[in-house]
Amino acid sequence: MSTPVAADVLTGSPPAAARLRPLARWRRRVAVLGESRPAAVGLAIILVWIVLAILAPTLAPYAPNANDVTALAHPTPSRAHWLGTDHLGRDIMSRILWGARPVLIIAPLAVLGAAALGSLLGLTAGYHGRWVGIVITRACDIVLSFPVIILYMIILAHFGSSAWNIIGVLTLTKAPIIARIVRGMTLDLREREYVAAAKMRGESALYIMLVEILPNARGPLVVDMCLRTGYNVIIIGVLGFLGIGLPPPDPDWGGMVKDTYGMMMVWPHMALFPCAAISSLVVGFNLLAVGLRELGLRD
Amino acid sequence: MARFFAKHAAFLLLTLLVVSFLVFTLNEFSPGAVGRKILGAYATQEQVDLLTKQMGLDRPLLIRYVDYLSAAASGDLGYSARYKLPVKDVLVKHLTNTALLAAIAFACIVPLSMLLGVAAGMREGSRLDRTILMLSTVVASIPEFALGVFLASVFVVWLHWLPGTATLVAGGGWSAASQLVLPVAVIVLFDAGYVVSMIRASMVEVMQRPYIRTAVLKGLPFRRVILRHAVRNAMLTPITVIMLQINYLVAGVVVVETVFAYPGFGRMMLEATLFKDIALIEAGALVAVFLAVATNILGDLAYIALDPRIRV
Repeated sequence: MSTPVAADVLTGSPPAAARLRPLARWRRRVAVLGESRPAAVGLAIILVWIVLAILAPTLAPYAPNANDVTALAHPTPSRAHWLGTDHLGRDIMSRILWGARPVLIIAPLAVLGAAALGSLLGLTAGYHGRWVGIVITRACDIVLSFPVIILYMIILAHFGSSAWNIIGVLTLTKAPIIARIVRGMTLDLREREYVAAAKMRGESALYIMLVEILPNARGPLVVDMCLRTGYNVIIIGVLGFLGIGLPPPDPDWGGMVKDTYGMMMVWPHMALFPCAAISSLVVGFNLLAVGLRELGLRD
Repeated sequence: MARFFAKHAAFLLLTLLVVSFLVFTLNEFSPGAVGRKILGAYATQEQVDLLTKQMGLDRPLLIRYVDYLSAAASGDLGYSARYKLPVKDVLVKHLTNTALLAAIAFACIVPLSMLLGVAAGMREGSRLDRTILMLSTVVASIPEFALGVFLASVFVVWLHWLPGTATLVAGGGWSAASQLVLPVAVIVLFDAGYVVSMIRASMVEVMQRPYIRTAVLKGLPFRRVILRHAVRNAMLTPITVIMLQINYLVAGVVVVETVFAYPGFGRMMLEATLFKDIALIEAGALVAVFLAVATNILGDLAYIALDPRIRV
C-alpha cells in the first residue's frame, strides 16, 4: 500500500481504497432505493425484464420465428405453448422474451443520446445566453411544438425504419426537452461561486459547463431520463403498432399487437400478452421515476 | 396586450414557415418519385419524366416552395393522391371527426383530473394520495394501443357491451354514441393519468405555502381553504399543461384512431405517410403545427387570466 500516488495518477489506476469507494457509494445508492416502495418495485420489474432479455436464448422454448404448423388449429395457451401461438403458429412466449431485447437496447440508448445532445444544447444556451441562447431555445421550441407522432411518421416513412433510425429520431425529438431542463438549471448555477472560481482559474467554457455545472444539475436529469426511457418504450411499441417500427419478422412487441389485434374477437390472447409485457415494462420505469423523485424531495 | 399578440403571432408564423419548409424539402427531395408514385410501377421512364415536367416538379426546390406557399395562402392546398379529392375537403372531413372525439375527451379529462389531482394533493402522503398517485402512474404507463386491447377484450370480446370499431358508419346495429365510448375511454385514461399527476404536484406545492397555513390557523373550515384558497393557485402551473392536451387530442390520437378504425385526422396522416401522399402530408403537418403553437398561446392567455399578478 505504499505505492506513490503520483504513479497511480500516471498509470490511471487509483489506489485500492479509492477504488472501493465508488462501489460502496453505489451500494448505498441501491440501499436508498429500497426505502421507497415505488422505486423498489419499479427497479425489480426492470431487472426482471433485463434478466429475461439476456437469458432469452436459453429461456425461450422455441425459436422466435419458428412456425409450428400443428398449433395453427388451436393457438390458445397449452402445455406445449404456455402463452399460445400467434396467427402464423409462432410461440408467443418465445417472441415476447426475444422482443424484450430490442426495446431494452433502443430505449435507453435513445435516452442517453438525447441526454448527451440535450445537455450540450441546454448548457450552451444557458451559459452563453444572448443570441446563442435565443437561437437554441427557439429551435427547441419549434421541434417541441411539432406533434411528435406525426414527425415520426413522416421521417420514418421517408427514410425507412431501422433500429438506428428509431434511435436517431427519438434522440432528436427528446433532446429539446432535456435541453430546456438543463438550460433552466444552468441559468441558476452559472451565478454560483464555484463557477466564478473556475473562471478565475482560467478554465475553458467547455470545462466549466461539463465539470462544474452539469454534475450539479444531475438530480432532476436522472428522474427525467427515467421517465423518458418509459416513454421511449411506449413510442417504440406505438411505432411497431402503426407498422413503421422495427422491420418484421423479428419479434417486436408493438408489431405483435398490430399483426393480431384484428383477431381479438376470436383469439384475444395473441394481442393481450404482448400488451401486458410492454405495459409492465413501462410501469417499471415510471414507478422508478416516481420513487426517485420522492427520494430526491425528502433529502 | 398588443405586443403580446404581435410577438406570439410572429413566432407562430416563423414556426409555420420553418416546419413547412422542412417537410416540403424532405418530401420533395426526389422529384421523380412523385410521378412514379402517381403513374405506378408499369409506366415507362419517359411517361414519368413527362408528368414530372407537366407538374413543374423539375424546377428548383425554392421556386416550387414559394409557389406552394402562395397557392396555400389562397386556399389551394393541392390534390390528395390517396383519397382522390382536393386536400382541403379531406382535411376538413377528418378534422371534424377528430374534433368531435377530442371535444368529448377533453370535457371528461379536465373535471376528472382536477377532482383527482386536488383530492390527492391536498393531503400529501395520505392513503387517498398514495392510491391516486399509484393509479394514475400505472394508467399513464400503459400505451394507448394496449389500453385499447385491454378495454376491448373486456367490453367487446367478453361482455359484448360495445362495438370494437368506431367507423362512424351506422352499421352492425351500433349507434355512433356507443361507437365513441371505447375510443374516448382510452384517450381519457391515458391522458388523465398524466394531467392528474401534474395537478397533484402543483397542489402539493401550494398546500405548503404560508397563506394556506394562515387560512387553516385562523380557523377556516378545510373545505373552504381548499376551494377558495388552494385550488385557484394550484391550477396556475397545470393550466398550460391542460391547454397542451388539446394539441395531443387532435394530432396525437393516431394510435387510438388506428385501434378503433376511427376516420380521424391522425389515421388520415398515417395513411398519407404510408401512401406517400405528399400534398396531404404537407397540409396535415401545417395544420398540426398551427394547432400546437395556437394552443401554446391559448395556454399563456389562460395563465394570464388566472394569475392577476401578470398583466401584459
